[in-house]
Amino acid sequence: MSEPVIAIENITKVYRLGEVEVHALRGVSLLVHEGEIMSIMGPSGSGKSTMLNMIGCLDRPTSGRYFLAGVDVGHLNDNQLAHIRNKRIGFVFQTFNLLPRTTALQNVELPLIYAGVKGSERKKRARAALEAVGLGDRLNHRPNELSGGERQRVAIARALVADPTIILADEPTGNLDSKSGAEVMAILQRLNRERGITVVFVTHDPEIAAHTQRIVRLHDGLIVGDEPVLKPKLAGIEG
Amino acid sequence: MNIGESIRIAFRGLSANKMRSLLTMLGIVIGVAAVIALVSIGEGVQSFVASSFQGLGSNLLFVMPGNLSMRQAMSGSGVAFLTMADVAALEDERRAPDVGLIAPESSGTKSVTYGGEKILITIKGVTPEYTIVRNFHPQIGAFFGEAEVKSRARVAVLGQDVVEELFPAGTYPIGETIKIDGTPFRVIGVMEKKGGTGFGSQDEVVFVPITTAQARLFPERSLRGEPVVSLISVKTVSESSIAAASAQITRALRQTHRLAASDEDDFSVINQTDVVNIAGQITGILTIFLGAIAGISLLVGGIGIMNIMLVSVTERTREIGIRKAVGAKRRDILVQFLIEAMVLSTIGGLIGIALGALGSRAISQLMEDMTTVVSVQAVLMAVGFSAAVGLFFGIYPAMRAARLHPIEALRYE
Ligand SMILES: Nc1ncnc2c1ncn2[C@@H]1O[C@H](COP(=O)(O)OP(=O)(O)OP(=O)(O)O)[C@@H](O)[C@H]1O
Ligand SMILES: [Mg+2]
Repeated sequence: MSEPVIAIENITKVYRLGEVEVHALRGVSLLVHEGEIMSIMGPSGSGKSTMLNMIGCLDRPTSGRYFLAGVDVGHLNDNQLAHIRNKRIGFVFQTFNLLPRTTALQNVELPLIYAGVKGSERKKRARAALEAVGLGDRLNHRPNELSGGERQRVAIARALVADPTIILADEPTGNLDSKSGAEVMAILQRLNRERGITVVFVTHDPEIAAHTQRIVRLHDGLIVGDEPVLKPKLAGIEG
Repeated sequence: MNIGESIRIAFRGLSANKMRSLLTMLGIVIGVAAVIALVSIGEGVQSFVASSFQGLGSNLLFVMPGNLSMRQAMSGSGVAFLTMADVAALEDERRAPDVGLIAPESSGTKSVTYGGEKILITIKGVTPEYTIVRNFHPQIGAFFGEAEVKSRARVAVLGQDVVEELFPAGTYPIGETIKIDGTPFRVIGVMEKKGGTGFGSQDEVVFVPITTAQARLFPERSLRGEPVVSLISVKTVSESSIAAASAQITRALRQTHRLAASDEDDFSVINQTDVVNIAGQITGILTIFLGAIAGISLLVGGIGIMNIMLVSVTERTREIGIRKAVGAKRRDILVQFLIEAMVLSTIGGLIGIALGALGSRAISQLMEDMTTVVSVQAVLMAVGFSAAVGLFFGIYPAMRAARLHPIEALRYE
């Protein structure tokens, strides 16, 4: 098997709220290989989002080490982390997190702006990304002019536009009906299959998890299970 | 990320809240408009004063009643006058050898009527020397001579504007009779066009013999019964004798006024440079005053911008989180908000320049003889200043935005 693209060693995360310490992660270790599609499950408050944010370099662990594609991320400064988020990682959030009053195309362009890609090239790539998620005819719609499923697909286009190695999705179908959810799943499965992008889901939904190759279970800040899915389902409908 | 991109993002952010952006700019608009108007008017006044006095020649002295520097014209024994006795003293070759020509004037405002027309205007009682000393000559007809002064003749020479205001168009004024304060005067001349001087427009004056003026129009007398003069213009024998003449005049007048050694002068002898300096001082005070208003306004405007930018950073916390999540560096966020503040203040500045230019246009139209010019330097300075205000007051909010933690920003409700 290939190099681990994500290598987490005994990571902890402690939030301090005044006198109280919240141990969101109590020492987790995990290896994820390039091209995997996997899910992290667990009850609410078990530390799933915290872990995903760590993997996405949005947050730093309290202790432990994290190697992203062999690089020890713990030694990088904020600017270098921003660079990694920009080049290697795409995020998809439960609440979409699109810029309001900004067209789909402009939203998708955003990572490329910070990557320093020039105007016409940037537009071309953003349009291609939107076409890849089936929204070639919604380029100039603003988020409030799109359905929930369409918004999430814009968010996926934004996550993949900069050609990342990893896409991290935190309950991407949580706010969607089952049909839109299936569409989103299908797109992410296809990106994994066709482009070899590593995809990590956080989800409560066993049905979603059944579409991935591997399920890691978190409980109270600890990994309590890590098993492969014997026969991952294929999301059916794709537009 | 390049600057053009940041400016585009800033414009998008500002146009999302047009009314608020406009109100925020108001302080800068007022400040810059004040600066522009003030600078152009100040320059207008200065060039106006300078050009007014240039034609007079530099060997000219003015003697005025009262002590200009001490502001104590009212001190001592009653009001200090200049009188015909003073004029006689200055004419004395032995007492004031460096004094050349003397042109006293007794002036005041009176009503002048012709036909149904009635205007209020400055009447100057002068002697024929006035035309030489002030280098101001009749264009048609003639000025009055010694004979008319001796005989207290009721003759008048009109300034150009007076002719226009008093007579119906096309009337030939020479030979017509006008009434000054009810007394009939025959018009014998019209002066050339002169424009303004430091003492108001020379074209809105009626000249009459000084003796006639003192006898019929201005009955004021000094304590010793001497006719009063309001101003004495003195041409010195040469340009180099200004200082000597000034000293001689002072000594002579102190004698005729019987001032003790410890008394201050109760008159003032000033020359052209003094007049220009005084005008400069007045415009200087005006400049400082308006400058202070402009400065305070810019300060208030800057604080307004800072306030709105802080609000905006809070409102857009999530946006900042999103931008950071997709790879924006601290510097990118800092630059975005800084540029937004600077765009805000610079647009305010540009509007202010437009308003200020309009204001100075309006003023130069109101005051005929003054041309105000909005200089390129003033415009560049105003643009630079307002951008600097945006930069200065935008730094703190922009740093707050740049420092936000991506996760906390994304979680912000
Ligand atoms: N910024 C924070 N400050 C303090 N405590 C926090 C913070 N963020 C998360 N926590 C705590 O850390 C724990 C793990 O939170 P996390 O968001 O990772 O849970 P989760 O597994 O994603 O839950 P859910 O399924 O509800 O999204 C929770 O107990 C939460 O209260
Ligand atoms: Mg969560």
